Amino acid sequence: MQYMLLLNEPEAEFAKRNDPDQAAAYWGGWNAFIGAMAQAGVIVKGDGLQGPHTATTVRVRDGKRTVQDGPFADTKEQLGGYFVIEVPDLDTALEWAARSPSASYASVEVRPVLPPMSPPAS
Amino acid sequence: MNSARDTAERVARASYGRLIAILSARSRDIAAAEDALAEAFASALRSWPDSGLPTNPESWLLTAARNVMKNQLRHRSIVEAAIPELLAHSETMVEDGATFPDERLKLLFVCAHPAIDAGIRTPLMLQTILGLDAVRIGSAFLVPPTTMGQRLTRAKAKIKDARLRFELPSADDMPQRLSEVLEAIYAAYGIGWDAAYGVEAGGRGLTDEAIYLGRLVVSLMPNEPEAMGLLALMLYCDARRDARRDELGQFVPLDRQDARQWKRDLIIEAENLLTAASRHARFGRFQCEAAIQSVHAQRPITGRKNYEAIITLYRLLAQHRPSIGATIGLAAVLVEAGQVKEAMSLLDELAADAKLTYQPYWVTRGKALHALGEIRTGNKAIQTAIGLTEDAPVRAFLRALLSSGAG
Repeated sequence: MQYMLLLNEPEAEFAKRNDPDQAAAYWGGWNAFIGAMAQAGVIVKGDGLQGPHTATTVRVRDGKRTVQDGPFADTKEQLGGYFVIEVPDLDTALEWAARSPSASYASVEVRPVLPPMSPPAS
Repeated sequence: MNSARDTAERVARASYGRLIAILSARSRDIAAAEDALAEAFASALRSWPDSGLPTNPESWLLTAARNVMKNQLRHRSIVEAAIPELLAHSETMVEDGATFPDERLKLLFVCAHPAIDAGIRTPLMLQTILGLDAVRIGSAFLVPPTTMGQRLTRAKAKIKDARLRFELPSADDMPQRLSEVLEAIYAAYGIGWDAAYGVEAGGRGLTDEAIYLGRLVVSLMPNEPEAMGLLALMLYCDARRDARRDELGQFVPLDRQDARQWKRDLIIEAENLLTAASRHARFGRFQCEAAIQSVHAQRPITGRKNYEAIITLYRLLAQHRPSIGATIGLAAVLVEAGQVKEAMSLLDELAADAKLTYQPYWVTRGKALHALGEIRTGNKAIQTAIGLTEDAPVRAFLRALLSSGAG
């Protein structure tokens, strides 16, 4: 079964990505986590995302498009990246989520991925 | 007809959880298992009067319920591709009726899974293991039956859709996971205890259901001292249930209870459990609380209340499992033992928001102030406690405390 790990990050962690003093430690933590998942062969796909300052939110209402600068909700933690992993059950997915760097200082949401849609019953 | 109905009902009570656990262990679909079992019971009531009772009613019901589930699978074109595999599994699962495995422990661990909201774990256990319906559970939890039904449905959907693990936890996780199972069982006991004499009748009888679950865990996990501790704790409390009220329905505090009314067989069973648990030499919250009850139970034998032992146990409890209940328990026995100063400082240190509406805090504070000779402020605390009490006889008891303090 596939689960998506939605990895949330606080502002301070996003800032470390480009801080010459902290970038190495920041990326080192993530690389170790991703490397362990890769070694276990559980990764289906995954990406890091650029920071929330690059986000743009779009809505269409009554045919009119409104575009907003920034993420849809202004919260302390923002989505920093995601992985889809293939594991037998939620318990295993939670184990991987708990090993991610952001579980220690922010949060990880774990959601099962919808199975492929089958054609509608005749 | 009657005997068919009686047998069906007897099997329903004794085997409900066993059958649900087996039917849902592979599919994780508790709701489908419940529906299938309900249908199996209905067809038992239809056919048993004519065909006679089967030699093994439990295995008859299991087979009937499995057939219902198989037919449902056949009708669901969406899972067509998976049917051959599922059918193959279900064929291999048809064992000799007498020896099918007990999967209830797995079901208990799923019900108390950390991914399931703590507030719904106890209702889930009551429904899946004991077969209580949403109306009964809702009335015990003071929630409308439809709301309780929706919460239960949501939890079952999560178990199935998010694919929670239907296995026993690993050795590393076991202590934490087991304590969550035990907490959920104890919550049922607490609700039943509060309701035993209360205005709300909904939770009445839940103490028996909780003890049933406690016995179940002990029988399925005979080497877990905390499971024994929980069962012992519930049995000690249950042994004194009738002695909590006098013939006029007045509340009788523990110290003034007539020990001849305590149920000796339950106390002996609890003592044996606690002794067996202590051999494992693994301290835990429930063993500690049961040990406190054990000291209380010895009062009629020794003729005195062993304050030192109770204080020591409460200190242990407050240290290992800090909680407002443990702190208040310690403070209350310190007051009784004359160590009022320490009791007051414990009470003062508690967080303001936690104690504001906690009735035992105000009772203990009132008694401590009375012991210090501060009658007026003590009475004020007791008044607050009365305002926070649901049970009328307990209110009357507290009012009596007021007048004696004022004298």
